[in-house]
Amino acid sequence: MTSPLIKTGARVLAAIDASAYATSVASHAAWAATRLDAPLEFLHAIDRTTAPVTADLSGNLSLGSQEELLAKLAAVDEQRGRLAQEHGRLLLEQVRAQVAASHDASAEIRQRHGALVDTLLELESDVRLFVLGKRGEHATLAKAHLGSNLERVVRAVHRPVLVASREFRPISRFMVAFDGSATTRKCVEMVCASPLLKGLACDVLVVGDASATIDQHLQWARARLQAAGFDPRCQVVAGSPDAVIAQQATELAIDLLVMGAYGHSRIRSLIVGSTTTQVLRTVEIPVLLLR
Amino acid sequence: MVLLRLGIRTLSLNITAHLRQEWFGNIRGDMLAGLVVALALIPEAIAFSIIAGVDPKVGLYASFCIAVVIAFTGGRPGMISAATGAMALVMVGLVKDHGLQYLLAATLLTGVLQIIAGAFKLGVLMRFISRSVITGFVNALAILIFMAQLPELTGVPWMVYAMTAAGLAIIYLFPRLTRTIPSPLVAIVALTILAIVLGLDIRTVGDMGALPDSLPVFLLPDVPLSLETLWIILPVSSTLAVVGLLESLLTAQIVDDLTDTPSNKNRECAGQGVANIASGLIGGMAGCAMIGQSVINVKSGGRGRLSTLVAGVVLLLMVVFAGPWVKQIPMAALVAVMIMVSIGTFSWSSITNLRTHPTTSSIVMLGTVVVTVFTHDLAKGVLTGVLLSALFFARKVGRVLHIGSTPSDDGRGRTYTVTGQVFFASADAFAAGFDFSEVLERVRIDVSNAHFWDLSAVGALDKVVLKFRREGTQVEVIGLNEASATIVDRLGVHDKPDAERLAGGH
Repeated sequence: MTSPLIKTGARVLAAIDASAYATSVASHAAWAATRLDAPLEFLHAIDRTTAPVTADLSGNLSLGSQEELLAKLAAVDEQRGRLAQEHGRLLLEQVRAQVAASHDASAEIRQRHGALVDTLLELESDVRLFVLGKRGEHATLAKAHLGSNLERVVRAVHRPVLVASREFRPISRFMVAFDGSATTRKCVEMVCASPLLKGLACDVLVVGDASATIDQHLQWARARLQAAGFDPRCQVVAGSPDAVIAQQATELAIDLLVMGAYGHSRIRSLIVGSTTTQVLRTVEIPVLLLR
Repeated sequence: MVLLRLGIRTLSLNITAHLRQEWFGNIRGDMLAGLVVALALIPEAIAFSIIAGVDPKVGLYASFCIAVVIAFTGGRPGMISAATGAMALVMVGLVKDHGLQYLLAATLLTGVLQIIAGAFKLGVLMRFISRSVITGFVNALAILIFMAQLPELTGVPWMVYAMTAAGLAIIYLFPRLTRTIPSPLVAIVALTILAIVLGLDIRTVGDMGALPDSLPVFLLPDVPLSLETLWIILPVSSTLAVVGLLESLLTAQIVDDLTDTPSNKNRECAGQGVANIASGLIGGMAGCAMIGQSVINVKSGGRGRLSTLVAGVVLLLMVVFAGPWVKQIPMAALVAVMIMVSIGTFSWSSITNLRTHPTTSSIVMLGTVVVTVFTHDLAKGVLTGVLLSALFFARKVGRVLHIGSTPSDDGRGRTYTVTGQVFFASADAFAAGFDFSEVLERVRIDVSNAHFWDLSAVGALDKVVLKFRREGTQVEVIGLNEASATIVDRLGVHDKPDAERLAGGH
C-alpha cells in the first residue's frame, strides 16, 4: 500500500440540494471540517437531464423548422438554467450562513453543471471526505428508500463518505461495525489515523457467533484503538447484520456508525441485496462509509 | 488486482447509469415521439422504396430493422435512422440493372464498410467538411427528394393536384387547431377516406408494389458468391457507405446541437454498419440517419434510445396489421408528405445568406448542390464541395504573404523581408516578390516571420537563392524559424555544396 490511508490537505465536500436533508448535511459537514481542520466546500450540481420537455406532437416540418426548434429549445434551457443557478446559489448561501452561525465555520461554495456522480468524481482528487444526505430532493421520505444518487455515489467514489441523517445531533459516541475482514480492519486503521473521531467514546460491534477467531480479531481491534488513544467497548452479538447494528446503535446511544462500504460485487448485491444498503436504510444515525 | 476490480466496478457502474439514462431517462416523451415518428416514417419509407425502384416492403422492412438495431448500436441517442432518400438515389442504377438481390448484397457490403470506417475512427474526417458543404448537402437532398416526386405529378388527372394541395394545406394548417395529433397523419387519413368515399380512380400505394404481409424473415441475398458480384456491388456499396455516414454524422451533429448533448461519432459509424447488415439480412435496403425525422423526433420530445426503438417497432406493427388500409393511401397524400419533408430539409436561410456570406462560401455551397443534383450522387457533391473549400482556403491563406525590401546603406546590397505563409498556393507569388534584375553584391533574405509549409515553398526559396547566385550575388538566408528550418533542412538543396548542379541544368 503506497498511498497514504488518509488524504490530508484536501477539503470536505458536501453536496447540497433542495431536499429536507440540506440543513443536516451542512451541519455534519461543518462538524467534520472543524474536527479535521480541513477547508469546507458546499457543492450544488445542476443536472439538466432531469428536466422534462413540453412536446409538440404536430409532426410536421415547415420552413426553417430546425432553426426555430433550436432557438426554442435553447430559450427553454436558458430559462431553466438561470432558475436552477439562482435556486442553487440561494441554497448554498443559506447553508453557508447556517454553518457560520452554528459552527463558526467558513465555507466555499461551488456550482457545477452535470450529474452529481460525475461531478463528484471530477472533483474527487481534491477531496478528503464527501458529505451527502441520505435522500435527495427527488426522493420521498419513505423510510425504505435511499436517494437514487447515494448508492451510485458511494460505489463510484474512492474517498470516505459521511451520510447525513435527517437531523444533526452532537456526536460524542461512535461505533465501528467490525468482522475482522481486510475491509473492516482498514476501517479501524483509518479511524485510528484520522483526527475526525479523536477523543470520542468508541464501541466495536461484531455481528456473529462468539468464537476464538472473533476474539482474536477483537483483540487486534482493541489493541489498535487503544494505541490510538481510544477506550473501546467491544461486543459480539448474533443475528442478521442490519437488524443487530440498528438495534445496538439505539441501545448504546450511538451518534455515528462507521463501516466499510459495499464489500461485495454488484452482481451479488443484485441477488442477495447489499448489507451496506440495508444498514443505511434501517439506522437513523449518520453513517461514515469508508472505502 | 484490487485496483483492476475496482476499475471494472466503477466502469460497470457508469455504464449502467448511462444506459439507464439513455434508455429510460425520458420514457413518456420517448414513447410519444417514437409514435409520431413511426407515423411519419411509413409514407417516407414507401416513397423512398419507390425512388429506389423496389417494392414498398423493402423500404418498410429496412426502416423497421434499421431503427430497431440503431437504437441499440448507435452513438447518438434520440436520432432516427431508416430507409432514406439519399441512399435510395444511389441504388437506382444497381436495382435497374441487376435487381433486388444484388441490392441486398450491396446493403450487406455497405454495412461491412461502415463498420470498418467506425473501427478506423473515420468519423473524425467530418471536420474537413465545412459548413457551406453541409448546407449544400441538405439543400441538394431536399431538391432531390422534391424532384423524385415529380413523376407522380406529371401527366395525372387534376384530382391529384387538388389532393396534393389539400394534403399540404392540412399539414401546415392543422397544427393551428391542435398540436397533439401529427398533422401529416391527419392529412393521410383524410385524403385516403376522401379517395375511398368518392371512389376516385387515382394511383394508390398498393399500385406501387408489394407491401409487407408478414413479419420479416431472415434470408441471405440470392447472388452468386463470385468476384464478378463483388465488382458489381462494390462501387455502389462504397458510395452508399460514404453517403450513409455523411448524412448520419451530419444529423448526429444537428441533434447534438438541438439537445446540447454529446454523441459518439465512431460508435455511430459502426452502429450504422450493423443496422445495414441486419437490414440486408431481412430483405431491406440500406439506410442511414434522417435529418427531417430526427428533427421531428426532438421536436416531439424524443431524447433517448427508446424513441428510436418505439418508432421502428410501431412502424412494423402498423404496416403488418394495417396493411389493407395502407394499400389504399393515395399517392397524392404521400407526395404531399414528401414535399413537406423536402421543404423542412431545405435550408431556406442559405438563400438569403447568399447576399451576405463571402462569395467563396456561396460557390462551395452552390457547387455541392449543382454537382449532386446533376449526378444524383451526394458523395460526388460533397467531394466537390470539400475540394472547392480546400482550394479557396489555400488561396485565401496564400494571400497572407508579404515581401518587402530595403537597400543597404552603400547601395550594393538589399535585405528582403518575407512575412506570412509560403506553400504551394503562394510559391509563385513568393518567387515573384524578388527583383533579380537589380545588380547587387549581396542579398539577405529574412524569413524569420514566414512559415514554409511544403516542398513547393522549399523549392521556391531554392529557386530564388539560385537565381541570385547565378547573377553573381551573394545570398544569405537568415531567421529561418524553427518550423521552416526543419522543412528546409530536410528538403532544401541550396545550402548543400552541389546545389547548383542539382537545381540547374534547365
